[in-house]
Amino acid sequence: MTTEAIHHDVNETHDAHDHGDHKPTGFLDRWLFTTNHKDIGTLYLVFSLTMFMIGGAMAMIIRAELFMPGLQLVEPDFFNQMTTMHALIMVFGAVMPAWVGFANWLVPMMIGAPDMALPRMNNWSFWILPFAFTMLLSTLFMDSGGPAAGWTLYPPLVLQTGTSFAFVVFAVHMMGVSSIMGSINIIATIFNMRAPGMRLLRMPMFVWTWLITAFLLIAVMPVLAGAVTMLLTDHFFSTNFFNAAGGGDPVMFQHIFWFFGHPEVYIMILPAFGVVSEILPTFSRKPLFGYGSMVYATATIAFLSFIVWAHHMFTVGMPLQAELFFMYATMLISVPTGVKVFNWVATMWQGSMTFETPMLFAIGFVVLFTIGGLSGLMLAITAADFQYHDTYFVVAHFHYVLVPGAVFALMAATYYWLPKFTGNMYSEKWGKIHFWLSAIFVNVLFFPQHYLGLAGMPRRIPDYSPQFADFNMVSSIGGFAFGATQLIFVGIVWHCAFRSKVKATPKVWEGSRGLEWTLDSPPAYHSFNTPPEVTCNALSRAD
Amino acid sequence: MKKENTIIVALAVLAAVIAATWLILVAPSLTGNEINMTKGVTQQSADHFDLHMIVLWICVVIGIGVFTVMFTSIVLHRKSRGHKAAKFSHSTKAEMIWTIIPVLILVVMAVPATTALVRMEDSSGAEMTVKITGFQWRWKYEYLDQDISFISSLASSSNTARQLDSGIAPESVDNYLRDVDHPLVLPVGRKIRFLITADDVIHSWWVPALGWKRDAIPGFVNEAWTNIEKPGTYRGQCAELCGKDHGFMPIVVIALAEDEFESWVSEQLAGKTQSDQQVTVR
Repeated sequence: MTTEAIHHDVNETHDAHDHGDHKPTGFLDRWLFTTNHKDIGTLYLVFSLTMFMIGGAMAMIIRAELFMPGLQLVEPDFFNQMTTMHALIMVFGAVMPAWVGFANWLVPMMIGAPDMALPRMNNWSFWILPFAFTMLLSTLFMDSGGPAAGWTLYPPLVLQTGTSFAFVVFAVHMMGVSSIMGSINIIATIFNMRAPGMRLLRMPMFVWTWLITAFLLIAVMPVLAGAVTMLLTDHFFSTNFFNAAGGGDPVMFQHIFWFFGHPEVYIMILPAFGVVSEILPTFSRKPLFGYGSMVYATATIAFLSFIVWAHHMFTVGMPLQAELFFMYATMLISVPTGVKVFNWVATMWQGSMTFETPMLFAIGFVVLFTIGGLSGLMLAITAADFQYHDTYFVVAHFHYVLVPGAVFALMAATYYWLPKFTGNMYSEKWGKIHFWLSAIFVNVLFFPQHYLGLAGMPRRIPDYSPQFADFNMVSSIGGFAFGATQLIFVGIVWHCAFRSKVKATPKVWEGSRGLEWTLDSPPAYHSFNTPPEVTCNALSRAD
Repeated sequence: MKKENTIIVALAVLAAVIAATWLILVAPSLTGNEINMTKGVTQQSADHFDLHMIVLWICVVIGIGVFTVMFTSIVLHRKSRGHKAAKFSHSTKAEMIWTIIPVLILVVMAVPATTALVRMEDSSGAEMTVKITGFQWRWKYEYLDQDISFISSLASSSNTARQLDSGIAPESVDNYLRDVDHPLVLPVGRKIRFLITADDVIHSWWVPALGWKRDAIPGFVNEAWTNIEKPGTYRGQCAELCGKDHGFMPIVVIALAEDEFESWVSEQLAGKTQSDQQVTVR
């Protein structure tokens, strides 16, 4: 690339590019008041890793209580608080902010923009989050305890939460505000700040999937905000939105919640599709197969995600016609999802593959996400769902798409771009150890849960009949080992950022494609002050 | 030569993938644990089991196909073997094929799925009705035609053992967490309609052997039905999170032959008259 990659000492020159590496000097100036997309990206990523550890610790408590039949460690109500908080923390605190962090770092660099379109709002959308989650977590220490009705917050049960419920609702509102501002920023950046020649159908897949994700967020976060506001007024101001005795409708909450909730699951997985579509071509040294159909498949999945919500509630007693509609619509999602999986396999086919850690996690993603997708197809079959619903089969299904799905993609993205972000290479040996331990134990953890669900174990129970003991113990052992393995990941990231002596080249990977690899590693604090010229689609270019 | 190589590797990978599939889908049952959905004792549970197995097998075949191609590629098309990357980036023909074939598979799946659902939702022609009401954390059963009603809660042996630090091993309790004081007694071979509702929060009434669960929702009366084919004791539990003791509200259904059921009904009615008289005397 041109001049922006050249480092200048601030005091040395008055060249037009002299601010390329100018960072604020004070700690607060640098991190609290920052408007720089790279710093805000780092903040998001550090925040989400912290939340991943907190949510993971809650999962350890859950698995420890379920290690054997009988109650050994916690009271049932605290167990329910743990399952509820684990989900809220992982969904809103770990996975979503991690994707926003990557979007902040990568979208400007991938489309040749100097920063996000709305940098001050960017600062605000991040700094809301620590307050929102402090408030959410603080409910655990209140007299009435944290929310214990599941992350789906179904009334009337959730209305039995004590006064701490107001804090939960306000925390959800703040997360929503943060997500909406983040999405507006990403959409504004992608629509307005692309470098000359970066036409929409030349954008990297990660940018495409995030653009679509951002629209999903804007569409559904206000719906969630409305739903929890109605809960708030039902709880504290005697309204009867969901109270049957007052003429309200508890099932309506479920419709509203899942109108948000189903697009929400794609909010967590679409950026993962983008990341895998970036990584597989790099390490296969081959163009992405079917770029166009990948974009259309993503858009189709996003559209379908709005018309399948009631498959989460087949057992509430809907008319037959509605059950049939939601079954058919849900089954249809497997078509664009299948296109994606087949395209990824076709990208690898006849490539010249190497298996660095990002590639391993991406391959792990394709295999295990496919397993989660196939169990999703089984769940779509309404009649059979009357057996599957609310069992560990469902728990296994959504953890397969979220852990070796979304989280593996986050790991892949970290190993893939961390050398770019930090300028140092991570330890390949430890990365591979992390991958293999994760890949083995995630299956030990979640696969037996399919058996438990089919054999009749409901979800969200703190204790169970001894007939379920064996596979719960296997699952818990897998859980503890998977949890411990993630400490290795923290060590690897720390080492890469602060200790590694191996410098990364600008291109980092032999087969890397796209504008971010034309910048130095690490890139200057302000990159692409002069927009680059884009002449082709880097992902589908044959070279 | 090169083509033969690909075929040999693909067959070896196929064998490995099938072995792995066997290992995760069949081998665990050798431990003596139940790992699959029950076939149950009703037409519905049999329908749902068949449907489950059809879709599972379709998924297994798709999975084996995808993973075989993928791992064949991983074995053969690696840089360390000196494989040079091809340059192709799309193929309209291939993409059409893997869009249209899945649609056809879905259509094939949709036929039995629709039939089973329509059959499950048809509660017409019921010969008796039982109203089920969920409470925190027990079930109430009302036999609307027989004028019998009672509340069914977790058996006291389980209830003592399940307390934190009770010191009682769950294995030492008969049917730990799966036993109740008053089971629901039903006749076999009769179409029974259930009216399901709740009094406080949402519950869900689930006995796997009957083949379905149905939410019990305050303010709503949901309808479901069963026709049990075999006498026996069938256990289930609440399936919708309903508060702290959600894990402790089991369901026990005892299915009796028609004549045994009738004598059970008369016993209940006799007992009831007796206790009514006692109340009057007092």
